[in-house]
Formats: sequence, structure tokens, C-alpha cells
Amino acid sequence: MSEIEIRHLTKKFQVEGHTITALNDVSLQIEKGDIYGIIGMSGAGKSTLVRSINYLEKPTDGQVLIEGVNLGSLTARELRKKRSDIGMIFQNFNLLEQKNVLKNVLFPLEVGKRKDQDGNQVKLNKNELKQIARQLLKTVKLEEKEKAYPSQLSGGQKQRVAIARALATNPKILLCDEATSALDPQTTDSILKLLKEINESLGITIVIITHSMSVVTEICNKVAIIDNGKLVEEGLVSSIFENPKSDAAKELISGKKLTYSPVNSLESKKAVRIVFSDNSAYEPVIANTILKFGLPVNILKADTRNLSGKAVGEMILGLPEDDTISREIIAYLRERGLKVTEVGNEI
Amino acid sequence: MFEQATVTMLLTGIKDTLYMTLGSTIVGYLFGLPLGIVLNVTRVNGLRPNRVIYRIIDVICNIVRSIPFLILLILLIPFTRAIVGQSYGSTATIVPLVVCAAPYIARVVESSLNEVDAGVIEAAKAMGADNFQIITRVLLVEAKTSLLTGVTITTGLLLGYSAMSGTVGGGGLGDIAVRYGYYRWQTDIMIVTVILLIVIFQIIQFLGTKVVVKLDHRKK
Repeated sequence: MSEIEIRHLTKKFQVEGHTITALNDVSLQIEKGDIYGIIGMSGAGKSTLVRSINYLEKPTDGQVLIEGVNLGSLTARELRKKRSDIGMIFQNFNLLEQKNVLKNVLFPLEVGKRKDQDGNQVKLNKNELKQIARQLLKTVKLEEKEKAYPSQLSGGQKQRVAIARALATNPKILLCDEATSALDPQTTDSILKLLKEINESLGITIVIITHSMSVVTEICNKVAIIDNGKLVEEGLVSSIFENPKSDAAKELISGKKLTYSPVNSLESKKAVRIVFSDNSAYEPVIANTILKFGLPVNILKADTRNLSGKAVGEMILGLPEDDTISREIIAYLRERGLKVTEVGNEI
Repeated sequence: MFEQATVTMLLTGIKDTLYMTLGSTIVGYLFGLPLGIVLNVTRVNGLRPNRVIYRIIDVICNIVRSIPFLILLILLIPFTRAIVGQSYGSTATIVPLVVCAAPYIARVVESSLNEVDAGVIEAAKAMGADNFQIITRVLLVEAKTSLLTGVTITTGLLLGYSAMSGTVGGGGLGDIAVRYGYYRWQTDIMIVTVILLIVIFQIIQFLGTKVVVKLDHRKK
């Protein structure tokens, strides 16, 4: 049984008489312990998707199952109880501005109940609750800030408080809605690291909504790509990164930045993206290609990415315009164990 | 400079004015606060949208607020007599003041609550809070400084209206100003009452602002 299962989810909105389909027949499964990325351009429907997982958005069609329980079959009361099993953090942190850090972390414990490992509610007195909240603040390394108010904290610290708050009820799932989008790169890194630690130490399943591929490659093991309300690709991050099939995936991986890189002026008609795997990284493939065909290839972009702790190299090559030769070069590269995808005129 | 009797009269006037102002503010909030909450909750993007309930309260509030206070004071005389037993004096004045203030307060409360960040409400929902918990632990708490600013403004407004009720025998400083200053041409008494009203107003505003600044944790 999957931790989270989404079946044929469709969500339509009525906006000024028009029907907008935010999600169209999306199905996916998230297993226990996954760090699952849901990536897409803004407006792709990913925020609606994550809000469906705790039924903040009720689907127009389809089901959401959490540990086999269909959320649509629950009463309002049961649903609220279920929600306390699912923590959530947001792009804008959404802390209570008029309460201090400790009280923010206590909030979910006051409105809901903490559960033990078996999901039974635990009755605790005020001091025990405070104890738990302080422990959580320690986990997110903010134990000295318990008396501070959110306005006195930096963005990264606010998100840490939000994480501590989301973990207060001892949830099994943590939903992150663009949780690092408002943060600078260094803070993003530290928050992602914290999420990974939490995933490893507490075994919490994490769902991360983002528009940034680097967030996915940094910590996710699986990824779903949403484009225009549809699930266009889904699977292990490593395999999608090496061999993206959909246009949306290619676009997200190459990053739109390419459009305004200086290589634009070279106007290569034919370009390919190659990804180096472990065994191909030692051979000087590009040099060999040039020697073998006696023709120059243009290196338009080269990059190394951290894919869940593994360094993976990628390169974009501009090939000679002659179709036959470029096809031969592609075949040659594939023989050497490289993943090759044609990028075409996009760059 | 004044006789003992005049001083006593002015002191009683201050007492009556404060009694009417604070009394009508408190009773006004007993009605206005729940109404304001209902308006916020039932509005289009509220916790529990309900077009019918919203519309009814909305229309009633607008009707009452569009009647000039002086007219309301007179219109309500039978109603006041039925509740208090008489239509003059400071306790009687509280009735029209409350009727006038409650819809006003409802609006002020509604707009304060509308300012609460929708994201925070969503976060509370995601944590499994029910609507009652969201109202009491999120809306009212997050909006508290704005609500208190509303209380200050309302109190100031009711201070002015309580003075207006003096024209129909409402008691308090307004009453003194009309009877002595206007009917008897005792300009000095009128000026003193006006100064007293100004001072009371300033004190209310000063205290209100002070409390709000002290309680607001958003900017420090």
C-alpha cells in the first residue's frame, strides 16, 4: 500500500463563468520514506495538486488515498483529524505573527492532538507540550529563539519554525509548497538539508512542490513533472535527469537560462544534450569524437549537478549541420554509453 | 472661577459621559463583534460562505448606518422606553447609542478580520483546526491590534454621539453644553464642556494607541 495514492485526480475551477481545468486526470503513487518532487512551471497546477493531498482543495473528480484511506469518504471531523497526520509548510511560512516562536510550534498541539508511533492520540499536559515544542525547536536549531516573534526572524529561520510546527503532531507526511522559493540559495540549501535529515531520522514521507529543478536533484528520489494540469512524466529522479522524455522535462532540466546565454549567437542548428554516467566519465569522449570524425563540435554548455549526492555531468553540444554526419556522431556517443537527447532549435 | 454647584455638575457630566461612552462601546461590541465575525465568516472567501446570511446582515447594517444619529435617537424613543423604562437620562441614551454603534462595530470588526492573511488561515486548516478554533485562535488573535484600533475609533465616535444626545436630555457633558451654553447663553460653561470633551477624546485616543503599539508583535 502506498503512503499516498492519487487516482485520476481532476480539479476544475469556475472563474467568471469560465471553467479552468487546473488538474487533468493525474494519477501517482508516493511510497513511504520517499522525498517526492512535484515540479512544473508556475500555473501548471502543482499547488492545487499538493492541496489535494490534504483536501484543502476538494477534487472535482478522482480520489486521494492516504495509507489506503480515501479522504473523500471522511466526514469533516475525520478529515480534520487526518490532516493532523499531514504536516505542511508554505512559501510564505504562514506563521502566526502575533505569537512567539514557541507558541507557534505549540499551536497544532493545541488545536489537534499529538499521536504516538501507532497513531494513537496522546494526552499531554501543558509542560509536556512545551517540552515537545522545545525539542522540535532544537531539531531545527532554533532553541534560543523560542521567545522571539516571527517579525524578528529571517526567512530561513521562519521556515525552520514552520517546519518545527509542521512536525509537532508527529505526522507521517510533510507537504512542502514552494517552501524554498522565497529564500536565497544558501538558505535554500540549509532548509533542504534539514528536510533530508528529517526524512532520514523520522522516516517522514516528504512531498516537495517546486519550480526549480535544482531542488529536485538536490534531495528528491522521485519526481513527477506537471505541465498544463497534466502529469507528463514521473519516475526516479536519476532516470528522468538522464533521459527526459517530455518537452516539459527537457525544458526544466536544461533551464530556460540557456536562451540568454552567450552561446545563443553561435546559432547551432543541431544540438544534443548528453549526460555522463559513471562509466563514461573516464573516457575523453568528446576529444575522441572530434578525432574520429575530423569535424569540430561546439560545446554550448557544460555542467555538473549534484543528484542526491552523486555528481552527474551534462553537456550540450552543437553538431555539424550535415544530417548524416550528426546522426553518426549521435550513434557513436550512444555506443560510448552516454545518454543523448536532441535539443533541437530551442537554444 | 465656578461655584461649587457648577463644578459638581461638570464632574457629574464627565461621569455620565464616560458611563454612556464606555457603556455603549461595551454593549455595542457584545452585538457588533459577533455580527462582524459572521460577516467575515460568511463572505465569499470566508470560512463558511453564505450569501443569504451575509446579505441580510449587510443590508441591515447599511440601513441603520444611513440613518442620522439624531433621527435614530428620536425614532427609538418608544423602544428605549420599553427597555429602560424612560427615554431620558444617560442609561436611556445607551440604547440608541448601541443601536447606532453595533452595525458600525460589525463593519469595523469585519474589515479587521478580512485583513488576516489567508495563508495563515490555510495553515491552520492544514493543521486540522476547525472553524471555531480558527476564529478564536487565529482570526481574533492575528487581528487583535487592528480590532483594538477599531475599539479606539468606535469609542471616540460614541463620545461624540453621546454629547449629541444632550439635545434630547441625554445627560452628560453634551447635555450641559446645550442647556447652559446654548439655552442660557453661558458661553463659559459651554467652552469648558467642549474642552473637557476634547481632553477625554485625547485620553481615549492616547491610551488606545499606546495599548495597540504595546500589543503588536508584527513590527519590532
